[in-house]
Amino acid sequence: MDTCDPSVIQALSRRDFLRICGTTAALLGVGQTAVPRIAEALEKAVARRPSVVWLNFASDTGCTEALIKANYPNVAQLILETLSLDYNETIMAAAGVQSEEVLQGALKRGDYILIIEGAIPTRKGYGMIARREMLDIGKEFAAKAKAVIAVGSCATWGGVPAGDPNPARLKGVREALGVECINLDLCPVNEGILVATLVDLLLTDRIPALDGFGRPKIFYGQTIHDQCERRAHFEAGRFVERFGGNEEELGYCLYKVGCKGPMAYANCSKFRYNDRVSWCIGAGAPCIGCSEHGWVDKFAGFYERLPGVKIPGIEGVEAGADKIGLVAGAATAVGIVTHAIGTTVSGRFKEKPPPEEAEKAPE
Amino acid sequence: MARIVIDPITRIEGHLAIEVEVDGGKVKDAWTSGTLFRGFEIVLKGRDPRDAYHITQRICGVCPTSHAHAASLCLEDAVGIHPPDTGRLVRNMVEGAQFLHSHILWFYHLAALDFVDVVAALKAQPREESLKEVQTRLKRFVQSGQLGPFANAYWGHPAYKLPPDLNLLAVAHYLEALDKQAQASHISAIFGGRMPMTMTTPAGGSVHIPTVDDMANLKPRLLEIQEWVDRVYISDVLAVAPYYLDYAAIGKGPASFLAWGVFDDPSFDTKKRLLPSGIVLDGSLKVEEVDEKVVTEDVTHGWYKDGKPLHPSEGVTEPEYTDWDAAKKYSWAKAPRYGERPMEVGALARMVVAYAKGHPTAKKLIDQTLARLGVAGKPEVLFSVVGRIAARALETKLIADAMVEWSDAILVGIKNGKKEFFTQYKLPERAQGAGLWEAPRGALGHWNRIENGRLANYQVITPTCWNISPRDGKGVRGTIEQALIGTPVADPKRPLEILRVAHSFDPCLACTVHVIDPTSNEVYKVRVS
Repeated sequence: MDTCDPSVIQALSRRDFLRICGTTAALLGVGQTAVPRIAEALEKAVARRPSVVWLNFASDTGCTEALIKANYPNVAQLILETLSLDYNETIMAAAGVQSEEVLQGALKRGDYILIIEGAIPTRKGYGMIARREMLDIGKEFAAKAKAVIAVGSCATWGGVPAGDPNPARLKGVREALGVECINLDLCPVNEGILVATLVDLLLTDRIPALDGFGRPKIFYGQTIHDQCERRAHFEAGRFVERFGGNEEELGYCLYKVGCKGPMAYANCSKFRYNDRVSWCIGAGAPCIGCSEHGWVDKFAGFYERLPGVKIPGIEGVEAGADKIGLVAGAATAVGIVTHAIGTTVSGRFKEKPPPEEAEKAPE
Repeated sequence: MARIVIDPITRIEGHLAIEVEVDGGKVKDAWTSGTLFRGFEIVLKGRDPRDAYHITQRICGVCPTSHAHAASLCLEDAVGIHPPDTGRLVRNMVEGAQFLHSHILWFYHLAALDFVDVVAALKAQPREESLKEVQTRLKRFVQSGQLGPFANAYWGHPAYKLPPDLNLLAVAHYLEALDKQAQASHISAIFGGRMPMTMTTPAGGSVHIPTVDDMANLKPRLLEIQEWVDRVYISDVLAVAPYYLDYAAIGKGPASFLAWGVFDDPSFDTKKRLLPSGIVLDGSLKVEEVDEKVVTEDVTHGWYKDGKPLHPSEGVTEPEYTDWDAAKKYSWAKAPRYGERPMEVGALARMVVAYAKGHPTAKKLIDQTLARLGVAGKPEVLFSVVGRIAARALETKLIADAMVEWSDAILVGIKNGKKEFFTQYKLPERAQGAGLWEAPRGALGHWNRIENGRLANYQVITPTCWNISPRDGKGVRGTIEQALIGTPVADPKRPLEILRVAHSFDPCLACTVHVIDPTSNEVYKVRVS
């Protein structure tokens, strides 16, 4: 990165700037002592805003929608002062030939972070931009990116439209393009996770530690169940038995109405959504497990009880509570691959991370 | 004769290409093409009917709650239930907030840059401190040489008409609106868990029970947006429109409008919705009730094997990608027709139908606006680019005002201890249903058929299907294709005027090209846990 140019930093008021650094520190879980370090990294970034190319393939634009809900920093600060969002079809002013020129310009300069939203159709003609196959565009841009981030289920493994029988033969970024990338699962991506991942990249110049599915461990390291505000009711055997009863008012556990939290790994309850006003289970909806690869088929029957989970009070609290992910993983027929133990990737952006540890089944 | 291809059309949802022929400085002919296929309906086959609520939201990340609610209505129709009244209000709130979000985002972030020259805002000489700050921020941004999303646009194009001060004001409001569109989504999330992809209003009503805390969180955000829509959004439309009144005669299209209606009242009668169902044909301003049975879809110019136009529930079509050929096949979109007519759907269609029905609020808002623009008593000028911009702004106000009333009613319900938000039901073994509703972009229909307790068939006709339809078997152009004809193009290398017309429909392509079984009409079995 270029050296710091203080005149440019004035674009942000100092107060705003430190607030962003503070919230970023909180999001990254590194504590307020890291604020000066974050400030320094962002100030360097501001001197020459890092280029971001956002390609939108077979998607519903829900992840762009998530991005523009960001609040720490918000989208205006991201676009004007933190990043140089050089290509994003949903918000960019240029169109047609002019937008293609912008895209080619970014490619020529290189040194961009590539964000891919949406799956990649592998059947000819099923996804085209400027009459080029999305698959070809993706390969070309991934090859010159200094880091690739796949946002949302579609980009990480295909997503909802890749549900059985996957009519457009959609694939995720790793599979379709054969490149390493940071996978930010969830449908849509959590805006806090997206922004924190981006800032972390700027901050450290390194790929974060990833799990076996390519997800940053810091955000996807624990089950939703283990971090759930309704967990105490699970332990006590108090459940919402059916919608429309009075248990919801008491905030009881949603496991029996289909919650997939015991098998889903993400920090939704911590980051929450939309200015942190709420999240799925908090609002009374059973988790549909959208943080997991293959969730659309693996968790189909979103209101059906997840099989194989031992319920405390029936089988004993301790037996069920601590091993719940393992028990479900071993017992269920839906073939869920449990959370693999990931490896820390410590290389620079362009360095190839060490081979992933095989996805381990639980003992 | 010049041929212009704009691919991609940006500042829309999804993947759209437009090709036009220009002669004598005007568009002579036009082709609209959807360039992505996903295949949602086939993914739905064989699944638990309740899962459609979640699956169909992924058709569109901009208007997921509209798909959610069309899916809920569709299953409720099949089961034969309605939500309790408080559940209805929660649903209206989640949906309404999405309309506020979508319309604000559309005007300020998708469409405005066709009328506002961001770079020219640097020449403004603001006196107000806040505007000076925005200009300074903009100056630094431009001087950085990294224009990001504003790079390489048509800045300086002769079709930009606003004076520098108004350009700067619009840039300031572009930034303010970034906050407002997010605030509106946060309202959806307070009841819905998150937005996009709300979680709590499946068939039956609301699984979320609103609390006093919710209302304390929600109400200030809603009142702030309501005030801002009146003070800023409506004012901006009225301030900018006089500079572009030529666009009150550009982009007309077929002037036939279709609305299924949106926001139920306690009767659940689509004719009594806040924005009611109805059709208006050939610019007549005479309203008729709508009959979904006369809807057909035609694939003559879509990348599918040829077949007769059929009602969507009978559609038997197979994809066949054959490259782009304007004379033959050129789009992944089908061509929906209402009694053989292409129809316009969207905010303008809803407001025209409401106006023609004598809806008091819609009538007052439209008449006042026409008077302010110096065209009192000439509602036909609404059939235009300016009309679509005005209709969306007025509808935003109408919905924001209604939401304040709904939220008051919810709060009164909480205080009175109302607990009924969800109607319990048993899934039928065999049934079929229709969910007719509106997305911000227009009429949205879901149709299901349940056999053995599973989805045997699921059909969706989305708003943008209507608007970006290609030609049909009789060669009749689709809605946007018709609207483009006659559009002036000053500089074929920088076809700004075409973007104005296309954007006025707020196209949403993810919503469009997903409707057909790509390999066969076979019912696929889905492995279910």
